[in-house]
Amino acid sequence: MSTKAVSTKAAAPFDLDLAWRVDDRVSLRPEPFGALLYHFGTRRLSFLKNQTVLAVVRSLAEHPSARAACAAAGVGEADLPAYATALGALRDSCMIIERNRQWP
Amino acid sequence: MAMTKGAQPGRLVDLFERGLDAPICLTWELTYACNLSCVHCLSSSGRRDPRELSTDECKAVIDTLERMQVFYVNIGGGEPTARPDFWELVQYATAHHVGVKFSTNGVRIDPAAARMLAASDYVDVQVSLDGATPEVNDAVRGPGAYATALRAMANLRDAGLAGFKLSVVMTRHNIAQLDEFKATADRFGAQLRITRLRPSGRGADAWPELHPLPSQQRELYDWLVARGEDVLTGDSFFHLAAYGSALPGLNLCGAGRVVCLIDPVGDVYACPFAIHESFLAGNVRGRGGFASVWRESELFRRLREPGDGGACRSCGHYDACRGGCMAAKFFTGLPLDGPDPECVRGFGEAALAALAPGQAPRPSDDHSRRASPRAPAPVPVTIARRPPSPAPVPATPVMPPARGCDESPLAGFAR
Repeated sequence: MSTKAVSTKAAAPFDLDLAWRVDDRVSLRPEPFGALLYHFGTRRLSFLKNQTVLAVVRSLAEHPSARAACAAAGVGEADLPAYATALGALRDSCMIIERNRQWP
Repeated sequence: MAMTKGAQPGRLVDLFERGLDAPICLTWELTYACNLSCVHCLSSSGRRDPRELSTDECKAVIDTLERMQVFYVNIGGGEPTARPDFWELVQYATAHHVGVKFSTNGVRIDPAAARMLAASDYVDVQVSLDGATPEVNDAVRGPGAYATALRAMANLRDAGLAGFKLSVVMTRHNIAQLDEFKATADRFGAQLRITRLRPSGRGADAWPELHPLPSQQRELYDWLVARGEDVLTGDSFFHLAAYGSALPGLNLCGAGRVVCLIDPVGDVYACPFAIHESFLAGNVRGRGGFASVWRESELFRRLREPGDGGACRSCGHYDACRGGCMAAKFFTGLPLDGPDPECVRGFGEAALAALAPGQAPRPSDDHSRRASPRAPAPVPVTIARRPPSPAPVPATPVMPPARGCDESPLAGFAR
């Protein structure tokens, strides 16, 4: 595994109101504890720690916003910040990308 | 509550200790054939095994890996490119969503092969080099091995394959060359990957003379802390974590839990460093194939039960090193629930000193070339009518890339 130091720069907040999807190069494998994700481009692995966040990630592409995906998966208002943090980590590792963004 | 990679270190260990539905990655030695004869070869390679899996059998294994969603395989050997169907199998795997990372001594990485590799997102290459100079490298890997590896790296660079791996097994003779290895990797646009020497295969015989001295282990640890950014380790140095701050990684022996080995004849072992009947879980040719072995093997079930730390339980560093490497203990004759032979607290050395000679188990399978031609001796009688044809001698001695947890089961795992 990489000994690369974890970046110390503060991560940007995750925008729950944008539309997101899983990157095409990511393979998602369900496991009893949640799921494993592997990105074939970055060759990095990450994981989802429970079934709810798995449901959110899987359905991101079907909803107009991450907030809507969370609501559909039954995430309550009080838990939203934690899910935003989790989704932010997935964005930072390129596992999920903004759906409508025009890349240069 | 963190739900992704922001989890505390240790949580992942808890999740993975009981094993996964499928390996994250696995090591697959495609052949025992090799053009080299490295003294530390962990699979004692040299001669092809006639029982080797056929092309169709290999494809069936890949089909299984695809169904199990194994993300990628670390292909090695032997020299995997020695198989005539090697490129066909790589293409089959990537077409079936199984990524490939393969280890090679570089012998077949010509410009055309390099261009083909550079064209795929799903293939990664590791070129093995165990000395930053020809003298140090070729003493271990054989005459000409340094030149072969550097030529391969030049071809990969020229083809535009950025970020391939320069893979080094750390020994007593190359620890002082760490900066030179890094410079070599940089020169070819490669990423340096260093792994631990294991006493597996022929390495069992070479280990006493090759493994780093205690002072060198400290040197290695300090180097990793100071300069290790962007250096891969296969998570193979977690026994050094007991020096102080933990190196990034999961600090978990993944054998049978998140990783395993398929050997050229289809035997499934708990890890790439444990080619011995004690760690044999089954064979992919059996009923149910690889999936059944992974899910139902009695051995793997046992390995997935949490250990209690054994003799190391009372050590304050147990959480850091978790007792070290199972294979390293086994092949040096140490009990599996005791300290690692290279325990940085010195408990392994003490345990080794207390062993009676000959107590260490021998590797089960040896595909080494038969002894090199002996010095000419007087032949007492000659009955042949014509001169005997010379025995086929490989151009160079050979060896398989000694690979690390080779991949760390968890390589790249963000924690």
